[in-house]
Amino acid sequence: MQIIENEKKYDVVIVGSGAGGGMATKILTDNGLTVALMEAGPFFDPADQDQQLHLKWPYESPRRGKGSTRAFGDFHASYGDWEVDGEPYEMKGDTKFNWWRSRMLGGRTNHWGRISLRFGPNDFKRKSIDGLGDNWPINYEDVKPYYDKVDKLIGITGTKENIYNEPDGFFLPPAKPRLHELYYKKGAEKAGVKVIPSRLSILTKRISNERGVCYYCGNCGRSCGVYADFSASSCLVFPAQRNAQGRLDLYVNSMVREVSVDKYGKANGVIYINKDDNSEYRINAKVVVLAASACESARILLNSKSSYHKNGLGNSSNMVGKYLHDSTGTNNMAFIPDLMNRKTYNEDGMGNMHLYTPWWLDNKKLDFPRGYHIEIGGGLGAPMYGFGFDFNSLNKFFGLQVGGYGDRVRDEVKKYYGSTIFFASRGESVPNENNYCEIDPEKKDKYGIPILRFNYKWSDYERKQAKHANETINQIVDNIGGHMLWQNKGPDHGLLTPGEIIHEVGTTRMGSNPKTSVVNEYEQLHDAKNVFVVDGGPFVSQADKNPTWTILALSWRTSEYIVDQLKKQNI
Amino acid sequence: MNRRESLKTLVIGSLASSLVLEGCLPKEKEIIYENVWKYKYGRTPEELERDLKLLNQVFFSKEELNTIRVLANLIVPPTNEGNIDQAEVPEFIEFIVKDTPSFQGVLRDGLKWLDKTSTENFGKDFVSCSEIEQKNILDKVAFATRKKNKEEAFFSTIRNLVITGYFSSEVGIKDLGYKGNQPNVWDGVPEDILKEHGFSYKKDWNYKFLDPLKRNDIAEWDENGNLIT
Repeated sequence: MQIIENEKKYDVVIVGSGAGGGMATKILTDNGLTVALMEAGPFFDPADQDQQLHLKWPYESPRRGKGSTRAFGDFHASYGDWEVDGEPYEMKGDTKFNWWRSRMLGGRTNHWGRISLRFGPNDFKRKSIDGLGDNWPINYEDVKPYYDKVDKLIGITGTKENIYNEPDGFFLPPAKPRLHELYYKKGAEKAGVKVIPSRLSILTKRISNERGVCYYCGNCGRSCGVYADFSASSCLVFPAQRNAQGRLDLYVNSMVREVSVDKYGKANGVIYINKDDNSEYRINAKVVVLAASACESARILLNSKSSYHKNGLGNSSNMVGKYLHDSTGTNNMAFIPDLMNRKTYNEDGMGNMHLYTPWWLDNKKLDFPRGYHIEIGGGLGAPMYGFGFDFNSLNKFFGLQVGGYGDRVRDEVKKYYGSTIFFASRGESVPNENNYCEIDPEKKDKYGIPILRFNYKWSDYERKQAKHANETINQIVDNIGGHMLWQNKGPDHGLLTPGEIIHEVGTTRMGSNPKTSVVNEYEQLHDAKNVFVVDGGPFVSQADKNPTWTILALSWRTSEYIVDQLKKQNI
Repeated sequence: MNRRESLKTLVIGSLASSLVLEGCLPKEKEIIYENVWKYKYGRTPEELERDLKLLNQVFFSKEELNTIRVLANLIVPPTNEGNIDQAEVPEFIEFIVKDTPSFQGVLRDGLKWLDKTSTENFGKDFVSCSEIEQKNILDKVAFATRKKNKEEAFFSTIRNLVITGYFSSEVGIKDLGYKGNQPNVWDGVPEDILKEHGFSYKKDWNYKFLDPLKRNDIAEWDENGNLIT
């Protein structure tokens, strides 16, 4: 197929407009560079009334929000989920892996939980602590200034806690806890489990005149129409567009296939398929920044084969795709009789929990090496599709009759409304070379691009951690007179399928040894000095923390390095 | 043309060439277009096309839909707070079986069973039976807990759809007492409720929670990260 050349030569082409790509776009354009930003999906602006999803009522969807076309429901701000039409992926052997992709400007930052946890000093040096995996080649002090800048630029709620491995930042005021959260705290503290206000990238206070302040509709997952939460589009790409004065070109519906190289094997841009006309184009740039998500960036590198890079670009170590790891996750739910027959009030609050539990124990005294944190849900939420199913099943806890119909339906639905708490434990897995994604030897997607194949298994480290989480939550629930609605039994103790927490990282891991890592401490390919990866790919290990804040901080740090290296004409 | 109009033209244009609306009279097409635009939220063009297609299909007969309506009124009887028709429960169920086809067999067979049973027991269709007769039939299937037979599974399915349909509607939401989905200033659980449950923000917490009156002052910090505005 003929490749259509774009005459323009950019300083930098960035692939992907999520957290990493959005941040690189902002920092590089703010520093005067000319940038092409590639996004595989359409333009998306949560404030556009045609794309708007917040402040909608369930009955504004003909299926009352049911997740028929979007896995997390009609109003969820993600174009694409575990499945994307025409873009399959494979699994090797009996592997189960779920790969979430959001094909839209801003990517997955439109729908995420806004839980924004910076790594602590221990999180960069796990091998020194437990002998497993590897240390990062950088430490907390290297990243701290960037975490601080991200806090101030984007905004994050929180409180000063002086917990060594949960460093404090520049916080906006926390929101008062909801009623079920107060019960959680009561039960948790009785079990010796720490509870602190949440660290969410939601504006409880104004940080600039370009963005609004939270009005507490509880639906950040729909992406905020007044830009009071962090989405890469509203907080990074749009401001970059305003400041760039024509130096930023946004290419939407543009599916990047590979990094192109010149006759000397040096990267000189990207080749992409324009989804509107199905033709192939090339963007020329001095520097290529991949931010397509850990697995998608690995796919692009592995598909970038040339006579100089027979194994794929940046893959002389054979490490691209290896060490893929997601957060661990287990879910639990409990019924709390004290929360029955509630007086109702507007309890939407922020778009996630107001309190959470950071990892509070020392793994040296436990039979598993890495920790987890606990997120909670509940309260007087909006009734969507699924609300009222098995409307009086909780009667069984009182020996009362279950089932029936008629006047009792209203009474019993109201009796139990807001009486359950949901617990999500999210933990750190131990990165493993045998968990990886690779190019499927045969299959291609509808654009003709070879697809990924996953190979992934949990180990006993993760299983034992899940078991501990289940036991902890049982104890907390017991402490407040609640009843578990299920027990996570079986050999996996309810561990969710890898990929399901949507924190996959590690596929282009960072290190100082080019034989065992893909990028150096500035997320620069060991094998190609003008190619960088700024998504979750470079993570050596991912802590029990949601990766976004670290992706943002590292992307900022890398972007400054790119500016510096271009000035010095090193790349 | 504004963006919404242009999107509308785009979608309808793409449908004109497909088979979705073949055989419709112009007037019917207009009704279908209006129907799909009644639901206003940020759908992609593909999602809009799918909704339009589903709204243009008919699954239940008028008789079946009438039985669903009667059944729904028995499951959630009308009160001053709201009723099944105000909540558009029959329309919702008609849509959801096209959206999620796995419901189709269960519901259609179940509706047949209702008429069969009422004919056997009372010599007439389910809808023609008295309320006492209707309840007599429902009582046979409404209290299953563990393993459900086919009829019990049918009743459980339709009951779930009726209840969810009612409470996710405009009247149902009001009836339930859900007060959110509107701009708000969150300042915690109301004091009287907090007290009833034995909690107190003042006594139990040392934090400076967000101050609704200062939320529009632009945040500034000292070098140690202490908020000073």
